[in-house]
Amino acid sequence: MFSEQLSKKFDKMVTNYPTKRSALVPMLLFAQDEVGHLSDEVIANIAKRVELTDLEVRNVISYYSLLHTKPMGKYHVQVCTNISCLLRGGEEVFEHCKQKLGIGHKQTQASGLFSLEEVECLGACSWAPAVQVNYDFHENLTPERMDKVLEQYAKK
Amino acid sequence: MADLVKHADEIKVVSRRFGKGATNIDKYIELDGYKAARKALTMTPDAIINEVKTSNLRGRGGAGFPTGMKWAFVPKESAKPKYILVNGDESEPGTCKDRLILEHDPHSVIEGVIIAGLAVGAQKGYIYIRGEYRYLLTIMQKAIDDAYAKGFLGDNIFGSGKKFDAYWHTGAGAYEVGEESALMESLEGKRGVPRIRPPFPAVVGLWGGPTVINNVETLASVPHIILDGGQKFADYGPPKNGGTRLFCLSGHVNKPGVYELPLGYPMKKLIYEVGGGIPNGKKLKAVVPGGSSTYLLTAPEAEAINLDFDSFAKTGGFLGSGGVVVCDEDTCMVKFALRIMKFYQHESCGWCIPCREGTDWLKKTLIRFHAGAGVKKDIDNINYLAQNMLGRTFCPLGDAAAIPTMSIVQKWRQEFEDHLDGKPCPYENKGSIPEPAFA
Repeated sequence: MFSEQLSKKFDKMVTNYPTKRSALVPMLLFAQDEVGHLSDEVIANIAKRVELTDLEVRNVISYYSLLHTKPMGKYHVQVCTNISCLLRGGEEVFEHCKQKLGIGHKQTQASGLFSLEEVECLGACSWAPAVQVNYDFHENLTPERMDKVLEQYAKK
Repeated sequence: MADLVKHADEIKVVSRRFGKGATNIDKYIELDGYKAARKALTMTPDAIINEVKTSNLRGRGGAGFPTGMKWAFVPKESAKPKYILVNGDESEPGTCKDRLILEHDPHSVIEGVIIAGLAVGAQKGYIYIRGEYRYLLTIMQKAIDDAYAKGFLGDNIFGSGKKFDAYWHTGAGAYEVGEESALMESLEGKRGVPRIRPPFPAVVGLWGGPTVINNVETLASVPHIILDGGQKFADYGPPKNGGTRLFCLSGHVNKPGVYELPLGYPMKKLIYEVGGGIPNGKKLKAVVPGGSSTYLLTAPEAEAINLDFDSFAKTGGFLGSGGVVVCDEDTCMVKFALRIMKFYQHESCGWCIPCREGTDWLKKTLIRFHAGAGVKKDIDNINYLAQNMLGRTFCPLGDAAAIPTMSIVQKWRQEFEDHLDGKPCPYENKGSIPEPAFA
């Protein structure tokens, strides 16, 4: 299910706390990073590791906005439009991404390359407007600079 | 990764090591790192707490609770283990300072955790970092590993015979988890819904043990207080408001950035001198003084206030998280209120009804209103709904949604009137500047 490295990491993580389930949120995030999304198999595997039922794990997943039970694009473009970004053109960047990628909020391209999401504050307020592609920050954006960012990923 | 800025009025305490390569443990040690922890090992727990009390350090997450007092609430004897929990779930809109501390000076946080542990008798500390800050988790993991390798963490810290373990932890996207009781729930592997208090975390916290929960910046300030003395830190700011603070300047200013300034610094100077004023010679309309959950200030209010906890308390407001968001004359305050409410509606955990229903109704009303379908009684209704959330929820998220909304309706009522009778938003396409001015 998981790479040997991640499996080992999980074995260590559950020992970092007095209760195994305490490692659940980071484990879900790391599993998603490796597998792409939290499939039924991933959920069942992790539930076993932390001694919970699948349902209990799903109940936690639905709370956290970074956790997904369906596949996302290879590059998940997350555009912040919260107040600091709003004042510096975050909405324009989001509109631009919609047009450029041909998809809307929480949608994925048919090719599976890009997905798009309008997100809440990323903690990049002094460098607004900001976008996160997977975990990489891109800051001080304009529609033109956003094009370059997208091209850079498309070429990878 | 984020750009650093400078201004002559800055007093660099917490940001002293920014940009100096202090993620490297040897560099950190060279820059006086881990001296404070060694010093704390020679002090009694009471002496450490007293030093922090002398410093007048108040919580940098937003609530401004005196840190020394918080530590003193932890019972000396406890059948269950005690814990230190670092709140690095920075997600208050407008706030981006903890990110810089974790990026440039992770060891100062670890050192602060060790000292807090010595002060309250805890042997374990957890450093919780929001999920979006993945690159910071990597930095923190390395910093913790390096501290173990040097013997600064583990079964015999600094050869003292004392034991202290520190662990990293990551969230996965949730503003609500920044609230301390929800943070504990999240760390315990659950949905981040708040707990009812009392009992307070200092008595019953993580896994039922007494727990100190402090913001990243608060704990990063502690080594400086122990090393240089609480009095020196206190003297940077006005009475009862010790020290300096990282102010995150954003929005319509020429030089946005994170600046470390003494508490009590005038807001007017922050905007016009440190921040270089408002782009294109425009006039100031509004300021969010400390993250989106604070009362907004009008231009005359902002130009008259000093940035310390007590100056804000006198006006009935809050200094908040240090996130100062500046809005110029072309900002539509109805749209601004809408964007704030959209955020709180998205982040409400749904646990208690006034917040879950209130944020949703307010968002719907504001969307309709901004689109030109508002009626006059909506204006009072928005204020009324917000007032009815205030103080009626389990955790401060309901208050956080109500406070900016009420202040916008009360202070910029005319702008709501301007949207009535199907009139288009008078500010459409004027609200944002196309090019970040400092890039």
